[in-house]
Amino acid sequence: MRTPISYFLVVSVLLFTVGTVGVLIRKNALLIFMSVELQLNAVNLALVAFSRQLGNLTGQVLAFFSMVVAAAEVVVGLAIIVSLYRKRRSADVDDASLLRG
Amino acid sequence: MADWYAFWVTAPISVLSAVAMVLARNAVHAALLLVVNFFTLAVFFLILGSPFLFVVQIIVYAGAIMVLFLFVIMLLGVDQVIPLRDQMKAQPVAAVLLGAGLIAEIVLAVRISIGFSHKVLPDFRSVNAGGNVQALAKVLFNSYFFPFEVTSILLIVAAIGAMLHGRRKIGEEETIDVPEPAPIPAPAAEGTAR
Repeated sequence: MRTPISYFLVVSVLLFTVGTVGVLIRKNALLIFMSVELQLNAVNLALVAFSRQLGNLTGQVLAFFSMVVAAAEVVVGLAIIVSLYRKRRSADVDDASLLRG
Repeated sequence: MADWYAFWVTAPISVLSAVAMVLARNAVHAALLLVVNFFTLAVFFLILGSPFLFVVQIIVYAGAIMVLFLFVIMLLGVDQVIPLRDQMKAQPVAAVLLGAGLIAEIVLAVRISIGFSHKVLPDFRSVNAGGNVQALAKVLFNSYFFPFEVTSILLIVAAIGAMLHGRRKIGEEETIDVPEPAPIPAPAAEGTAR
C-alpha cells in the first residue's frame, strides 16, 4: 500500500467542493439533489480513508450508516420533487416560491 | 504498487466525471456521469481495504439510487435541456469563488490538524482478520446495534412518507395558481416562437 491517506483526502475535498458548487449554481431540483449525493459520497470516502489510516473499522460502519440515510433521503426527496413537479409543472427551485414572504 | 496505479487511474476519472456532472445540460447525462463517479468511489473503497463497502456502493448507489433518479427524470421528461445559467450572471462566479475558498479552508484545517502525512498506510490485514464482512459485522452488531435498529425504522418511515407524497387524492386540483402549461407548439411554428 504505497498511496498515502492524504491523496484520498484531496480527492474527497475536490469531490465535496464540486458538489457544493453544483448545489449553488444549478437551478433544477434534480441536479441539486445529485450534487448533494456527490457531497455525501465525498464524505464517505474521507471516512473510509480515515478508517484505513487508524486501523479502526468504526469509520466503515459510519460510512455504511451514511449510505442507509442517503437511500432514505433520496426516496423522500425524489417524492417531494415529483409532487412539486405535479403542482407547478416545473422542477426549477426558483418556481417553488409559495412560502416566500 | 498496484494500489498506486489504481489510484492514479481512478482519481482523474472521479474528479472529471464530477465536474462534468455539475456542468451537464441534460439531466440523463448528469445521472450517467454520476454513475461513473459512484463506480470510481467503489474502486477507492476497494483500494482502502473495504470490499464490503465496495459491493454496497455498487448495489445501493449505482443500482438502486440511480435507477430511482433515472425513473424520476423519465417521469419529468427527458428532452428538456436545462440552461446552465439564466437570470443571475454573478451567481456561478460567486459559487466558484466560494468553492475555491472551501477547498482552501479544508486543506488548511487538515494541514493544521494532522498534516499531509506521506507515510505508507499501516497494514490492514490484522483489522480485517477473518474477512472484512465478518470484522465489520462484529463492530456493527456489538457496538452499534441500537443505531442499526433505528435505521430500520428510518427506512420504513421513508417508504411510508414517499408513498404519502406520491399518491394523488381523488378530485384533487392538478395544478395551483400557475397558468396552464403552454400547448406544444406546432413543428412549423417552432423556429419563429423561440
